[in-house]
Amino acid sequence: MDTNLALVLLLAPFLGFLINVFFGKSLGKSVSGFIGTGTVVVSFVVTLVFFLQINQNGKPIQISLFDWISINGFKVDFGFLLDQLSLLWLMFVTGIGALIHLYSISYMHDDENMHKFFAYLNLFVFFMISLVMGSNLLVMFIGWEGVGLCSYLLIGFWYKNQDYNDAAKKAFIMNRIGDLGLLIGIFILATLFSTLDFAQLKTAILSGTNTNTCWIAAAALALFIGACGKSAQIPLYTWLPDAMAGPTPVSALIHAATMVTAGIFMITRLNFLFGMDIDTMHVVNTIIAVIGAVTALVAATIGLVQNDIKKVLAYSTVSQLGLMFLALGLGAYEVAVFHVITHAFFKACLFLGSGSVIHALHGEQDMRKMGGLKKAMPVTFITMLISSLAISGIFPLAGFWSKDEILMVAYEHNKVLYIIGSIASIMTAFYMFRLMYLTFFKDFRGTEEQKHHLHESPALITFPLIVLAILAAIGGAISLPGNSWLNNYLAPLFAEKAGEAHGLGGEQYMLMGIAMAGALIGIGYAYSKYIKQNQIPEEDSEITGFSKVLYNKYYVDEAYEFLFVKPVNVLSRFFRDYVETAVSGVVFGLAKVTGELGYQGKKLQNGNIGFYLFVFVFGVCAMITYIFLAK
Amino acid sequence: MDNVLNQIGIENYIFLSVILFCIGVFGVLYRRNAIIVFMSIEIMLNAVNLLFVAFSTYHQDPQGQIFVFFSMAVAAAEVAVGLAIVVSIFRNLGSIDIDNLKNLKG
Repeated sequence: MDTNLALVLLLAPFLGFLINVFFGKSLGKSVSGFIGTGTVVVSFVVTLVFFLQINQNGKPIQISLFDWISINGFKVDFGFLLDQLSLLWLMFVTGIGALIHLYSISYMHDDENMHKFFAYLNLFVFFMISLVMGSNLLVMFIGWEGVGLCSYLLIGFWYKNQDYNDAAKKAFIMNRIGDLGLLIGIFILATLFSTLDFAQLKTAILSGTNTNTCWIAAAALALFIGACGKSAQIPLYTWLPDAMAGPTPVSALIHAATMVTAGIFMITRLNFLFGMDIDTMHVVNTIIAVIGAVTALVAATIGLVQNDIKKVLAYSTVSQLGLMFLALGLGAYEVAVFHVITHAFFKACLFLGSGSVIHALHGEQDMRKMGGLKKAMPVTFITMLISSLAISGIFPLAGFWSKDEILMVAYEHNKVLYIIGSIASIMTAFYMFRLMYLTFFKDFRGTEEQKHHLHESPALITFPLIVLAILAAIGGAISLPGNSWLNNYLAPLFAEKAGEAHGLGGEQYMLMGIAMAGALIGIGYAYSKYIKQNQIPEEDSEITGFSKVLYNKYYVDEAYEFLFVKPVNVLSRFFRDYVETAVSGVVFGLAKVTGELGYQGKKLQNGNIGFYLFVFVFGVCAMITYIFLAK
Repeated sequence: MDNVLNQIGIENYIFLSVILFCIGVFGVLYRRNAIIVFMSIEIMLNAVNLLFVAFSTYHQDPQGQIFVFFSMAVAAAEVAVGLAIVVSIFRNLGSIDIDNLKNLKG
């Protein structure tokens, strides 16, 4: 029964993918859209059933479909694991996924390849489910690669624009670099423990029989590199802002709510490995925390000056993911998971809201050409305002609780990381409200024609916005300090009892107050700059000084271009011009010699029978001479 | 039998056979007429047959003579096929000069 239900959960989106791929065009846009959405809703309902079940009895469900690989004692099952963590993830993957599918029906309706869009989107959900449900690292890896593929397909969905294709390729290559790390990590773990099953790995590691601490830490580091690629951390983060080339629902689903959290999922899944109490692992955890904090800060600073509405949100996503990795590095897995969930709510809402704005302006993404949309688009405005307040960390919205927990953990462990995280949070509040003020307040700065066409988006677009905004508002309730449903729910996962939800002492109140004050400072500064002084960001050419460095993203893309792309190009040109010329010279030379021999030899076959006979007799004579005389 | 071989001598048989064979070879190489070429081949065959028989008597071994019977039977078949080919060439080309047979060229 459980097996069948789990297969329905997994295969429903895949079925949607098949239908849309093969019959999508003939079924028409609306039908293919509703099939795409319907199959994800089916998955969501099944997930809900499992979720309610496990919330009650707390028993994980392990499903093994068949033996996949079995070599000399090393065995990999093709199996699935439905435990607290995977079901939690499935809840928001399928739930938010279904909302975004619904949204896409309206958003993509003018696109001629709508069925293809839904096919890719369904395929993505399928791979994401298998990533989350896999009971061992290899099944997870299938999903991991699959979501990368779908991300590539969807970033390059409007394939007629070469920039978008480049962005897609960039995302794919960056992810491949990370995937190599992940694979190496998997190989090391397989060698050390000769199993890849999560449950068996957990037993093997917790028993403490393997004392090869260096290799265990190396495996963890390699896995973290994989997480860096997928979850856009320094130094592999540059693909995510470019990934905004894809349609906005894709940005919301893949590049904000689900796929980019796969790295956090993987590390939380392997918390028994990353949480080992050995010196080498402490080093790895420090690296994770520092990279997370630095990513949060760097991405937030870049976000301060971006003018493309989706780019701001993209850097915001990178920054928030950095905060989650900060929490992971400090061992607060449940806190990171909490922030993943709340972030999925408000960031999906923000992306969908920005999509609604872009839709209303017929593709305009530059905030300098927006403004004054508050009146024309009240629903979009209010939902985005709620989400912006949530991400800024205003009491009592969801972001306040989750971000506050991360900062509290940081405060306990390391004051420097705490300060970095706090600065990133203040910047978050600033750039989010910069976005809000530039988009929705003051007067409209676009063309007259756009002004006439301004309109609120249809219900299919606003409904998901409203649902997500409500979740962004109240989502914090799942893990309130002192009484955390989430911590109790996740407790069976963690090797040691997860840190008790923070008690509410004076220090905690002080930290909350500081966080709140920081958020208000950020919002206030944005208010004074963009409402009171009525500033509008300069044209690209007029940007000077440090903000030019920020606007150009610290020239990281240029540096990568110089450090990696150029040398590779030089190398490949060298191989093409010299090595390939030499090799093909030899090959072609051989062919030429053979051909010439054949051409000359052909002349012997001239058809003159007298000549043939003469050669024949001459040959016989030569043979006889050889046999009788030479011997 | 002994007398014949003793009177003439085995070496004369060998000389005759070699001469016949050489005549055949030169006929094949120098003549253009397909029938003459054909006849020259027959001469070469018979030169060899002669040698077979001579040595068979010399060694007192009938195997050589039996072999010659086979060789003659094969030669008869070969003549039948060969002549048929020559006839068909004549019908197609109107001549049996072997220099005209360059169509066999690959």
